[in-house]
Amino acid sequence: MSTFWNRAGLAAFGLAALAAVLVLPQLVEAFTLMELTVYVVMSILALSLGFIWGFGGILCFGQAAFFGLGAYTYAVAVMNLGDSTGAVLLAVLIPAVFAAVLGYFMFWGRISDVYLGVITLTVSLILFNLVNSTAGDAYRIGSAPLGGFNGIPSIPTLNVPGQPELVLDPLQMFQLCVVTLALVYYGLRWLLASRFGRVVVAIRENERRVELLGYDARKYKLGAFVVGGAVAGLAGCLFANWGAFVSPTIFGLAQSAQIIIWVIVGGVGTLIGPIVGCFLIQWLTSSLGAFGGLNANLVLGVVLVAFVLLVPRGLVPTGRALLARRRAPTVRVDRLPETKAA
Amino acid sequence: MSFTRRTTLKAIGGGAAIAAASSIAARTAFAQGSGDILVASIHDLSGGLDIYGKSMQDAMILATEEINAAGGLLGRKIKLVTYDPQSNMQLYTQFAQQAAVKDKVAVVHGGITSASREVIRPVLKRFNTLYFYNTQYEGGVCDRNTFSTGQTPAQNMEKIVPYCMKQWGKRVYIVAADYNYGQITSEWVKKYTQENGGQVVATDFFPLDVTQFGPAIQKIQAAKPDYVMSALVGGAHISFYRQWAAAGMKARIPMASTTFSGGNEHIVLTPQEADGIVVSFSYFPTIDTPDNKAFVERWHKRFGPEYPYISELAVGTYQGMHLWALGVKKAGSLDRMKMIQALESGISFDGPSGKVTIDPVTHHCTLDIHIAEVKNRKMNVLAAFKQQKPADTAAVCNLQKNPNENKQYVIKI
Amino acid sequence: MDFALVVALEVLSAVAGLLLISIGLAVIFGMMRVINLAHGEFLMLGGYATITATKAGINIWLSILVVAPLVVGLIGVIIERCVVRFLYGRMVDTMLATWGLSLLLIGLVTTVFGNTTAGISSPLGSMSIGQYKLSLYTLFIVAVAATVALALYLAFKRTRFGLVARGTMQNADMAAALGVSPPRVYAVTFGIGAALAGLAGGVLAPITGVVPTIGVAYVAKAFITVIGGGASVLAGTLSASTLFGTINQLATFLTTPVIGEVALLAAAIVLVRLLPQGITHRFFRGSL
Repeated sequence: MSTFWNRAGLAAFGLAALAAVLVLPQLVEAFTLMELTVYVVMSILALSLGFIWGFGGILCFGQAAFFGLGAYTYAVAVMNLGDSTGAVLLAVLIPAVFAAVLGYFMFWGRISDVYLGVITLTVSLILFNLVNSTAGDAYRIGSAPLGGFNGIPSIPTLNVPGQPELVLDPLQMFQLCVVTLALVYYGLRWLLASRFGRVVVAIRENERRVELLGYDARKYKLGAFVVGGAVAGLAGCLFANWGAFVSPTIFGLAQSAQIIIWVIVGGVGTLIGPIVGCFLIQWLTSSLGAFGGLNANLVLGVVLVAFVLLVPRGLVPTGRALLARRRAPTVRVDRLPETKAA
Repeated sequence: MSFTRRTTLKAIGGGAAIAAASSIAARTAFAQGSGDILVASIHDLSGGLDIYGKSMQDAMILATEEINAAGGLLGRKIKLVTYDPQSNMQLYTQFAQQAAVKDKVAVVHGGITSASREVIRPVLKRFNTLYFYNTQYEGGVCDRNTFSTGQTPAQNMEKIVPYCMKQWGKRVYIVAADYNYGQITSEWVKKYTQENGGQVVATDFFPLDVTQFGPAIQKIQAAKPDYVMSALVGGAHISFYRQWAAAGMKARIPMASTTFSGGNEHIVLTPQEADGIVVSFSYFPTIDTPDNKAFVERWHKRFGPEYPYISELAVGTYQGMHLWALGVKKAGSLDRMKMIQALESGISFDGPSGKVTIDPVTHHCTLDIHIAEVKNRKMNVLAAFKQQKPADTAAVCNLQKNPNENKQYVIKI
Repeated sequence: MDFALVVALEVLSAVAGLLLISIGLAVIFGMMRVINLAHGEFLMLGGYATITATKAGINIWLSILVVAPLVVGLIGVIIERCVVRFLYGRMVDTMLATWGLSLLLIGLVTTVFGNTTAGISSPLGSMSIGQYKLSLYTLFIVAVAATVALALYLAFKRTRFGLVARGTMQNADMAAALGVSPPRVYAVTFGIGAALAGLAGGVLAPITGVVPTIGVAYVAKAFITVIGGGASVLAGTLSASTLFGTINQLATFLTTPVIGEVALLAAAIVLVRLLPQGITHRFFRGSL
């Protein structure tokens, strides 16, 4: 029964993506497509965290670091290379390598849960501080000035491979991003169904048992972390294209917290959840900014607090439970988990 | 009917859908309003930069009401479309796109930090929407689609550095915020100090969220400068002035600043902490001209007598709006190229800060510069320098020779 | 020689400052495993409470030491009863809820106070060490931090409440079986954590800029200190703030403030790598 729903879900997602690419542009105006493009790009970022956290159990507080690295790498590379194809490859590769190094540092040191969160947060803040001080012409990589706090503006857009003059227009950008989201989604789904994915999920459930079964948990966690970093880098590359800019605030705490919020709102442990959560929160933030009147922070804060009290498992699990006509199981605990004996 | 979670969620879901639908409907009706001219205002109204953004937004409101009261533009009224990017660069891009592509506004006034300006400037140029940037900044923007009404380093620093050196001595210690504006400001201060025979003892840069200035204060004492020049920015950096006064340094070493009071620092701090700091801006509410007095009265009448402070950024925005309106009247049309050509024909506005003239070569403004001293939460004007040209941008940018320029130059000092 | 003494005092002050801003978070996280992302906003509220009380005529020392912790402690208890209570055991949801709370508090304070509020200045003067002047308030901060650490130690080790709190944290069901009400203990502990944050905010109010968004500047450092310290609330926070504060200040003195900040962050990474469960997992084990 659940396989049927799984297959139906996969097909539905594919159909929705197809409809978005082919039909939607006829129905909505140009600006809406541009707005949806950034939502789609951020969803890819949300997926990266949703994958490593929901399925790998790795709560990374600094996912924005890979996002920012991807964006900056694309910007610097495309300005130096002239053609965007190599830049995109680098934008995925460099964050992946960085994730590999950081992951090796963390997982081989047996660092886990909140401590991992702290390290990843710290790394992100270090990147912020370093990139922030790169103002002035002296700081440039090749022909691309890093720009410090102002960042790198007017980043050249993606072009057709081999033909630098044929640049993508907003409509094609939108279609490319939707297709990328679909590919990433299906790719992660496939990865989770593979042996590698199953071991990663098993590690999330009980790491010691997996080790006793003979797997080296560190390698699998590293693999998952690298995949997450690569996907985040890809999202960063697309983001740099959408906005044609990148600035150091991309490495900040606020950006990392946003990604975590999207995943929580959507539902940790699902892949659709982060996409839904991202769309919802992004739409809410944009509407608050355009609406005026009330203080945006106040409204968003109230919404989040109300959300967490009413929809505790996240939107997608709650939605699924409603569809299956069951009440969403919540773990109502009146006792805190035992703290380590002092 | 029992209020289970399911029913609550359904109710909320239904309500949200209706709200979303009506907001979309309202916005569409908004944009195609009956012949109103749409002007977009993109300023941070929440988040860390809201101190600056709120007063700039109020200036937009006042200017719009004044222009409408005088009959509007081309027989039509102006309608403000307000966006709050919440100190978030992504939202700046989104709202710039929205203003240009969806609302199709006649002009965008917005951007506070240089970072936000550089984010929206290319977007607006790409979608052919006129852009006014009304904040003081480091200079160098060369873009025919953009007009800057804020002061640049050559305008105020050229005056304040010799003034301070004459008052206090030739050795200066610079403390600055660690980002482009702070870094570039410190280079300008160095240039003018050396030109006047002085010496920069040392320069310290501080990340924007540093609140602990103990080591810096001790290092300044060890260096024994004649005065301190501060280019610190933001809420966290207010701590420097507090800790400086708490250490008893106010009586020992005088201080000047190019940014103090822009974020209402002189109101947040007490007189013991702020009195005596010398600042240089184009505008102070205490400027003693009939134009300014009338303006301040109109402002307080509109926004209340308890309004914290009418800052340079607010007046820059107010003057920017009026300059744009004068351009539209001269052009007789809302066509972007016609507006630009009209604005390039030597438009002047007698504003609260003095006479403001758009320089056609750089699209920056010739402004009056004033030097003032903080006293009891008010600014005491000490000196005025009329009609300072934007010499720094003029050194790198000539839009009449090269009208297709589109970048911000980092001016070699 | 004078300079060395001044540097030492500044380092001590930085350590004390870091301890003060972290101890509230340490109590809430260390004892309840609640990741309170609104911690910075508690600090901010303490600052505003102090300013409002002082302007209303209350003696500044009372505002800092009594009013600020009381007000923020009360707010903490209310938040615990209304929101956090339903989320125990669900770390993910407490993160979301406290993040929402932090936005809510910033928005609320901006709406009520506006974004420009006249502050209060240091009530103490300065002193001279050789040719260097130092603020007496720096010594006050050190004194407050030391007192707080001592008071917390005594409260948890010597009072009945401390015993009950520690017991409840170790095994709530057993404590309940012995007649203690765990929900009440949690509420009070959360309140104490909030009160400590409020006290820190109040203490820092005369020497920092009090604006609605000032909390953001503190939260990252507080987290890094608390988690670097490890499981023990007091010993962990004390050792972590000493280590990080010293590194940060010495690096700032020797080089630039930017490198000082990066040094603190790099030290945190190295520390967590070497001691994956915080300082007090290896050293000072079993202490409070």
